[in-house]
Amino acid sequence: MWRDARIVMAKDLAIERKAKVALRQVLPFVFSLVLLFAFALDRVLVDDPLVSGDTVPVPFVAPGVFWLAVLFSAVLLIQRSIGLEVDDGSWDQLRLWGIDPVGVFVGKATVVALQLFVIELILGVAMTAAFQVSLPRTASAISLLLIVAVLTTIALSAIASCYGALSAGIRVRETLVPVLLLPVTVPLLLASVQAWQGAFTAETSSGWAWVRLLGVLCVIYVATGVLSYGALMEE
Amino acid sequence: MSGVVALLGTFPALSGFDIDVARGEVVALRGPNGAGKTTVLKVAAGLIPVQRGVITVLGSDVRVDRRSIRRHLGLLGHATGLYADLSVTQNVQFAVRAAGTGASASDAKKSVEAALERLGLNGRLKDLQVAHLSAGQRRRVALASLVARQVSVWLLDEPHASLDPEGRDLLDELIAEAANRGTTVIMASHDLDRADQIADRVLRLQGGRIVTENSHVA
Repeated sequence: MWRDARIVMAKDLAIERKAKVALRQVLPFVFSLVLLFAFALDRVLVDDPLVSGDTVPVPFVAPGVFWLAVLFSAVLLIQRSIGLEVDDGSWDQLRLWGIDPVGVFVGKATVVALQLFVIELILGVAMTAAFQVSLPRTASAISLLLIVAVLTTIALSAIASCYGALSAGIRVRETLVPVLLLPVTVPLLLASVQAWQGAFTAETSSGWAWVRLLGVLCVIYVATGVLSYGALMEE
Repeated sequence: MSGVVALLGTFPALSGFDIDVARGEVVALRGPNGAGKTTVLKVAAGLIPVQRGVITVLGSDVRVDRRSIRRHLGLLGHATGLYADLSVTQNVQFAVRAAGTGASASDAKKSVEAALERLGLNGRLKDLQVAHLSAGQRRRVALASLVARQVSVWLLDEPHASLDPEGRDLLDELIAEAANRGTTVIMASHDLDRADQIADRVLRLQGGRIVTENSHVA
């Protein structure tokens, strides 16, 4: 399984190195999205958690904007990842080569996760500057940010890969993937946003409570992929 | 295959299909569009589930041991199964590695190089991205993957399509060489002259059944 995962991963990374879709298409899309959010929320944002009234403090809004942008990136990346296999019949070839379906799942989900990590890093730096967010300074808050990022990214890549495979043989997969995927990611989005809000507002204990939910979701989504990918590839 | 019934949606693509192909035999399937030629190939590869019947490849039931049987099969369909962003060499290398031929790294490398040379894809072509190739050249790359994998059964769907006359002759040579090595070849073809020339048996299909069978030594 690990051998097949490495082979699929190396192939998808080689394709990304050539095509640079994540950097040249997904990243600009994400920047546009965040920019639009910034314009749309301009009048309701302030950079002070203590300000009340009709305004919303940036630390409460920025995590939501960030994770929504990451979620939309995942939709685009998984469409691309499955499109590579489906466009010229490679999906059937993978099945014919007797490659381990779990290896395909792990390989493809890992590449999507790596692309998401890069996008998150660049987006995080850009949003910190654009929204003038003060980054947390305590070790607890920083580790909370990082652990949430890792768990959310793994869970999102895993469940997106499952829905990508599910839609592989369907002609309307471009429109079907977001329709199927977005509702399933609601608890993931909720937990990651709440946990990051905890980190940004120095209420790390409430943030850590959400990490437990993220951990459970991560295990469920990865297990779903491992158990179902074989059937999804064959159907 | 014995008594195979396969549906495409609700359409009966194969209705009680029987065929027995020996090791090293070349069988050509002919027939009008929708006769079931492509379905026979996909059913043999286990890519289309069957409602009834038994499919045995290399002595094993496809439904029981699908994954390990598939490693011995090579399918060249209408789609080439190539990755447009990868180079010619990368595509063939990936096919050999993913199919796990059991060969050592150096042997696998040699078989990739030999296949590329045999298909006329050496030189500058081997480093070219598949996206920049013509349809005929892509077909050659797909054939190179098949040759490099050294599988026991070739399932070819309209293999001469898109190939230039030289490519068609080369394909015929490859099929003859493979059959001499003991590779079984089943191909669907509309090219009646070529099918007659290279096949040991030509089966005419209609409505998902064999309606006529001509045997001869190629």
